[in-house]
Amino acid sequence: MELVMALAIGILFGSGIWLILRPRSFQVLTGLLLMSYAVNLFIFIMGRLWIDRPPLTLGAHLPDPATVADPLPQALVLTAIVIGFATTALYLVIMIGSRGLTGTDHVDGREPDQ
Amino acid sequence: MSLAWDQHLIVTPVLLPLLCGALLIALNERRHHLKFFINLGSVICLLVVAARLMWMVDSGHWSQGIGVYLAANWAAPFGIALVADRLAVLMLLLTAVLGMSALLYSMQRWSRIGVHFHSLFQFLLMGINGAFLTHDLFNLFVFFEVMLAASYGLVLHGYNVTRIRAGMQYIAINLVASLLFLIGVALIYASTGTLNMADLAMRLPVINTDGLALLKVGVTVLAIAFLAKSAMWPFGFWLPTTYAAASPPVAAMLVLMTKVGVYVILRVWLLIFSDEAGAAAGFGFDALLWGGMATIVFGAAGMLASEAPGRLAGFGAIVSSGILLSVIGYGQPSLVTAGLYYLLGSTLALGAFMLLLELIERIRSPGAAVLALTMEVFIIHEAPDEPVGESIPAVLAFLGLSFAGCALIIAGLPPLSGFVAKFGLFHALLNPGIAGSTPTSSTWALMALILLSSLTTTIALLRFGVRTFWSAGKISPPHLPFTEAAPICLLLLLCVVLTVQAGPVLAYLERTTEDLHRPQRYIDKVLSEPVIPGSLGKKEVQ
Repeated sequence: MELVMALAIGILFGSGIWLILRPRSFQVLTGLLLMSYAVNLFIFIMGRLWIDRPPLTLGAHLPDPATVADPLPQALVLTAIVIGFATTALYLVIMIGSRGLTGTDHVDGREPDQ
Repeated sequence: MSLAWDQHLIVTPVLLPLLCGALLIALNERRHHLKFFINLGSVICLLVVAARLMWMVDSGHWSQGIGVYLAANWAAPFGIALVADRLAVLMLLLTAVLGMSALLYSMQRWSRIGVHFHSLFQFLLMGINGAFLTHDLFNLFVFFEVMLAASYGLVLHGYNVTRIRAGMQYIAINLVASLLFLIGVALIYASTGTLNMADLAMRLPVINTDGLALLKVGVTVLAIAFLAKSAMWPFGFWLPTTYAAASPPVAAMLVLMTKVGVYVILRVWLLIFSDEAGAAAGFGFDALLWGGMATIVFGAAGMLASEAPGRLAGFGAIVSSGILLSVIGYGQPSLVTAGLYYLLGSTLALGAFMLLLELIERIRSPGAAVLALTMEVFIIHEAPDEPVGESIPAVLAFLGLSFAGCALIIAGLPPLSGFVAKFGLFHALLNPGIAGSTPTSSTWALMALILLSSLTTTIALLRFGVRTFWSAGKISPPHLPFTEAAPICLLLLLCVVLTVQAGPVLAYLERTTEDLHRPQRYIDKVLSEPVIPGSLGKKEVQ
């Protein structure tokens, strides 16, 4: 499972880096999205990879912390997803604005040969 | 049992702008006077709160001069702690002063050329204040995002082609930096199991070798995110373009945002990688020193190369960041004191300079060329009037004198605070105050670069001043309302006060530096802050 996760994160992040270096704003946006997926996965597995661990809940007695999944990365990744989603949406709006104002979808706001 | 009322002052700089910003969204744009005054009221409250906090921190109201606010009454390593110490409070005060000036300046026209300026301004203040106060790395990320999201909106405020081009780059770079921030935070959590800065500093000496390697990678990735904000070479290419494109009050606030990056580096590095950190002590200081020096060279060269005034000021901000970063990297307490003094003076002067540049531009192009372009693409129902009200007398003399004042401070020439700051830096560099240490090659390199940057700044600013005021041919004095002149006067006056009252200010900064270099007291204070016992808490203990 470690290998699969590492490959998935690596491929996502690598594709993201390639895409944000492209000249079209939609490619940049897609690259940012892929990179944020990779980062979210990365945060999530920083609580270590577990299988079959129950969530930390309040029961009649305190559970042994070693037997439950680490809740903190889950909370962090939720926040990161929300913030990443919002800022990417913002970028999308500006991208559309830029396309409308400059008439091109190049990230510099003008075609390179002009 | 509850907290003393003045304990809640620590959280006020975050809550007040949040509430005011939310309230301002609900108000119709047509009532811009009301919106402006709510905004101004909030900023003045922030100023009062910051001043009061500074008094509380410095007068021994709290033990060790550190106020800790436990959010939701969770004990320190588990919940989020807000910490007001001398450095944080100083930055809060600086934010409030600069915020008030930028806001006053925007009253006449800039707040009206787009929508939701006031809400975004309040959210920006909330993000900046939160970043200064928080003591948890992930919470710092959240406040950074609040600050950045507001700044994206503000950079685009008054939507035109230049701003949207700059905004596309600014936003993309900051989104990537935020992702790096998250990777850094995740790695730090993976290696130490905590995100509370005090807890992190405490665990660092006992961490094993593998964990330490992982932590170093994490902190380096994290630092890149901050250094991109504070525009260290080679992460700062976005800055001049963005500054030149943003509207003047926003550009003044952006000057402060580069200092947020510097602040976080100062805080995190001196706390975590102090001499007490065991194997990790002193990690990364050299990189900061040399990176800072490269930044000074880049900024100085950029100042010489730039024609447009906005870019000139942007490169000025880069030089200032470079000096501060190399001062932190040099790793000597007395130098940090002088560096903080430099930070105050240069932030105020660069803020004033940003505001002033636009007024000076009006000499060249009477009428509002920028506004015309803006209004063409962004349909504004209520066009802002040409400035009305009394113009101040002797406009050209005012502009010339203010420009000279800003230039003196930014270039570090006598008699204003820039000179005192640079003199202090040199004094600290040459008299380390540690027995047996002599100036090394890096000392001389840093001094030479600071002098070089002063020289190029002087040349660049003189060139701009001569071109504008003396050789521009016939110049017509622009109409200059009081509300646009007053903030510049205020900022420059504060710089004069900094110069005249250099003794007390430096004494305060010395206490600040002393706190920063004794992390153990800080760690103990944060981790031992008691929670308020409540009924639920008792039940769980049983």
